[in-house]
Amino acid sequence: MKNDFRARNHPAYWAFIAHRASGLLLTLFLPFHFWALGQALHGAEALDGFLRWTDYPLVKFAETGLVLLLAAHMTGGVRLLMLEFLAWRDWQKNLLAIAAGASLVAGLAFALNVV
Amino acid sequence: MSLLRVSVWRGGASGGFQTYEVPRLESQTVLDVVTYIQRSLDPTLSYRFACRVGVCGSCAMSVNGKARWPCRTHVAGVAEDNRIEIAPLSNLPVIKDLVTDMSRFFDKWAQAKGQFYGTRTRADDFARVLPESRQRQAVDAAIECIGCGVCYSACDVVTWNPAYLGPAALNRAWTLINDVRDTARAARLAAVAGDAGCHACHTHMSCTERCPKNLVPTASIAGLKRAVAAAALKGEL
Amino acid sequence: MNTRTQVLLWTAQRASAAVLALCVLIHLVTMIYAVKNGLTAAEVLGRTRGNTGWAAFYALFVAAIAVHAPIGLRTTLSEMLGWRGAALDLLVLALGIALALWGWRAVWGVFVV
Repeated sequence: MKNDFRARNHPAYWAFIAHRASGLLLTLFLPFHFWALGQALHGAEALDGFLRWTDYPLVKFAETGLVLLLAAHMTGGVRLLMLEFLAWRDWQKNLLAIAAGASLVAGLAFALNVV
Repeated sequence: MSLLRVSVWRGGASGGFQTYEVPRLESQTVLDVVTYIQRSLDPTLSYRFACRVGVCGSCAMSVNGKARWPCRTHVAGVAEDNRIEIAPLSNLPVIKDLVTDMSRFFDKWAQAKGQFYGTRTRADDFARVLPESRQRQAVDAAIECIGCGVCYSACDVVTWNPAYLGPAALNRAWTLINDVRDTARAARLAAVAGDAGCHACHTHMSCTERCPKNLVPTASIAGLKRAVAAAALKGEL
Repeated sequence: MNTRTQVLLWTAQRASAAVLALCVLIHLVTMIYAVKNGLTAAEVLGRTRGNTGWAAFYALFVAAIAVHAPIGLRTTLSEMLGWRGAALDLLVLALGIALALWGWRAVWGVFVV
């Protein structure tokens, strides 16, 4: 028999999904990010050609999404490091809420500044 | 009197859900429901149970998709719309109906060196184990496992990684790592390390979520990760 | 791959994670600041070119990513696609090297050239 969503529908599992999905998406994004920044090697105009795309609302939206992914992966990762390396205590259950909250703060701060 | 519509898995690896109508009673447990079906409706239904009071772990099965003990599950707590779905434990081969083959579960227990190795004889003095010591407290927090298989069934890493030893075996290994009388520490750390061992745990915590004895295999596995990493860095692995 | 190597990979993943936690925190703060002050190449490169301190920081950041991402991807691919063995190990190693080279090239372009 296989487990389905009924067995998986609990907070620590959602945290795992968020962490894995954000990690995968960030790994896919990074080569593109490095390529874009590498354009600076061809001079300021080459980099500008790329940076002008960042004026489009859709791109700003995507950037905010990326910030959220990065913040989520980082805060989720710090939560895991605490679960694995610190002695087990009850407050660790709340780490998930703290991680989620911190990511949202980061995403919001970025969105407010970029819009 | 209302009737429960109970879907029960019939067959082996291939099969299907069969529906039975069971009279709903006050304070009824899911094990009562299964027993009623087998005694009054369909004697061909196969299932395991023993104590029926939540101390042996034999009746472990999947109720509405979640691994648990039906003897400790009130119908009132799980039936929605008077419906229940009962299936065998996940991650284990199905022998028949609600009965699974637990051989691999116990084999992995042995692979994780989940047994005590000692060298003292009756001629030696008693071992001294201080109950308040950090190590004994770690053991006490995890020692109550009775090998029911619920955590193993709930774990998705067991599903995705067939070689993964699983939460129960690793939890037991942790209690032995912390047992000051045990003499197989180095071999046990090697046994629980690597892609099939404690390092495969992703802290989904489904094991902890489902353990009927409220144990925390996730914490035990985290402890193993630390112990193995320390041994590896010291060149002892 | 023997057990000891697997354990060392896990340890490297956690160690690089700790380094990245710090790097990402700093990166997020500086990006939020940078975006506020305008994103033209002249403004960005005006701040970054010749800045050895930040160049060193980002070189370390890239190195940590090149360790962290491939090890994580190895586990993800083996669990989700059932891949095992040398082919998978070589693929993620190649990815790690690629990330390091592209990343350091970008650092060179933004901070040094």
